[in-house]
Amino acid sequence: MAVDLEKLKEELRNKMSEFFGEKIKDITISHDELVMEVEKDIIVEVCMKLRDDPSFQFDLLSYVTAVDYSALGREPRYGVIYQLYSVQKTHRMRVKAYVTEDDLIIDTVYSVWKTADWLERETYDMFGIIFRNHPDLRRILMPEDWEGHPLRKDFPLGGVKSFYFKRSTEPRAGEPKNLVPRIREQLSDI
Amino acid sequence: MATKRTIEMPVESIESMTLNMGPQHPSTHGVLRVVLHLDGEVVERAICHLGYLHRAKEKHAEHKTYHQFIPYTDRMDYLAPMSNNTGYVMAVEKALGLEVTQRCVYLRTLLCELARISGHLLWLGTGALELGAMTVFLWSFTQREKIYDIFEWICGARFTVSYMRVGGMSREDYPEWRRMVREFLDQYMAAHREFETMLNGNEIFLSRVVDVGTINGKDALQLGLTGPALRGSGINYDARKHTPYLAYEEFDWEVAVEDRGDCMARYLVRMKEMEESWKIACQALEALEKTQNERCNIDNPKIIFPPKENVKRSMEDLIHHFLLASEGFKVPPAEVYQAIEGPKGELGFFLVSDGGPKAYRLGVRSPSFINLQGLEKMSIGYTISDVVAIIASLDPVMGEVDR
Repeated sequence: MAVDLEKLKEELRNKMSEFFGEKIKDITISHDELVMEVEKDIIVEVCMKLRDDPSFQFDLLSYVTAVDYSALGREPRYGVIYQLYSVQKTHRMRVKAYVTEDDLIIDTVYSVWKTADWLERETYDMFGIIFRNHPDLRRILMPEDWEGHPLRKDFPLGGVKSFYFKRSTEPRAGEPKNLVPRIREQLSDI
Repeated sequence: MATKRTIEMPVESIESMTLNMGPQHPSTHGVLRVVLHLDGEVVERAICHLGYLHRAKEKHAEHKTYHQFIPYTDRMDYLAPMSNNTGYVMAVEKALGLEVTQRCVYLRTLLCELARISGHLLWLGTGALELGAMTVFLWSFTQREKIYDIFEWICGARFTVSYMRVGGMSREDYPEWRRMVREFLDQYMAAHREFETMLNGNEIFLSRVVDVGTINGKDALQLGLTGPALRGSGINYDARKHTPYLAYEEFDWEVAVEDRGDCMARYLVRMKEMEESWKIACQALEALEKTQNERCNIDNPKIIFPPKENVKRSMEDLIHHFLLASEGFKVPPAEVYQAIEGPKGELGFFLVSDGGPKAYRLGVRSPSFINLQGLEKMSIGYTISDVVAIIASLDPVMGEVDR
């Protein structure tokens, strides 16, 4: 079932520009994929429109993630990616909104698709992007007391803090002193 | 001597009880931890805690060359590494704008379907075991062993195969191997019928799965479920059929859809899907036989490793081998999303390349992670023992959930 991307692109351009005007920044096709870049303050309205408009019907939110463009020297630093699919029309597209480092806030699309719940939590966990009005914005993969956001480009692969296991014969706290000392590994902070 | 203590508490003050399930609970398929809020034995809330198996795959992808990352994809959905390999190399090929040979497409299709059968066989065995049927487990593992033998004889590894390469395969198939696949496929359907006779009319099994964990199509779509979990709720979406890739368009097969939305529907979808996979595998094997004189890998020494025996004789091949192993190939700047239908649902790879030999960013849309979001919605109002059946029917693989 081949989808006519050019036609979809024209339709998007017409309908979206009518509603949102200049806030739709760019609609492109590359590698057989339709990508639409929008301003971040209209993301919820755009998604709502994409879901409900009979000619788009993007009823399945496939994926939400972000890209940290800082190592490429690009501004704004983060791009938030929404990958959409329409079960009715069998077409895909990608919506992209940029978030700057000073203002890491973007509205949540949880009200449009409930899938966004965990996907946005993961994006927050990995990039530190804050999804406003998200019902439960906590870390999901990393421990709750983790410092930093691992998928940012300035986060080193080996982590910020290093631990190593030190051999020790010291008895543990609360352990009787008269036991035969045993060599055991203890977690130490460098 | 111990004395019996009584706690005096008026009945009204008893509020909902919190019960921790996992991460070592045998029915949670690895290290899933669910905190259940219970009213008596009925679930009021089911909160998942993830991350026990988080291995920073997406971060590693940014520090490995495109070839070096292939083994990491094996360890995501470790029950169907062939599918993961395929999804990943297809994403890289898309960014490169690379067309693979027709023979390679058939071989990938065949292996993906074998991986789907093997993944579903594990679900069938463990799922039935959790619901009290031991025999199915032993029988399905017998079949699974045969698929692992097939994998072993084509790539040397049984579990983590790392078989696919960008632009082709690590090695080609051969007539004895195809005969082996043929033998497996010839006897598989008889075994499949046996599984069905064991479960379809089994009173104990039915009472555990029928009308348990019901979710309607609208909710399933809202929660982003894909794969058997979505098709069990009557929504017809299968990436193989609706956004075709590999050779699925050429073959004759149907998408399995059931309307009921309960654990039984998801069970039936998977059983039907195994039959359809068998059909596709048979056709792919035939197509493979027909094209046996053609090349499998593309003819591009800048991307695909040269044959090992040539490396020892030819200077050119040695240089190419050295460059590929040490530096890797470069991918022009691109942003692509490649989705395939893995055994658990839509498996997507979002790749951003910057022109270098390593991915700038690789995002993995793992179906198990998103399907698991449906657990709470499905569990509310059912008992603790039903939660076991519901987790089994969702079939999450924690390696893929936590990545």
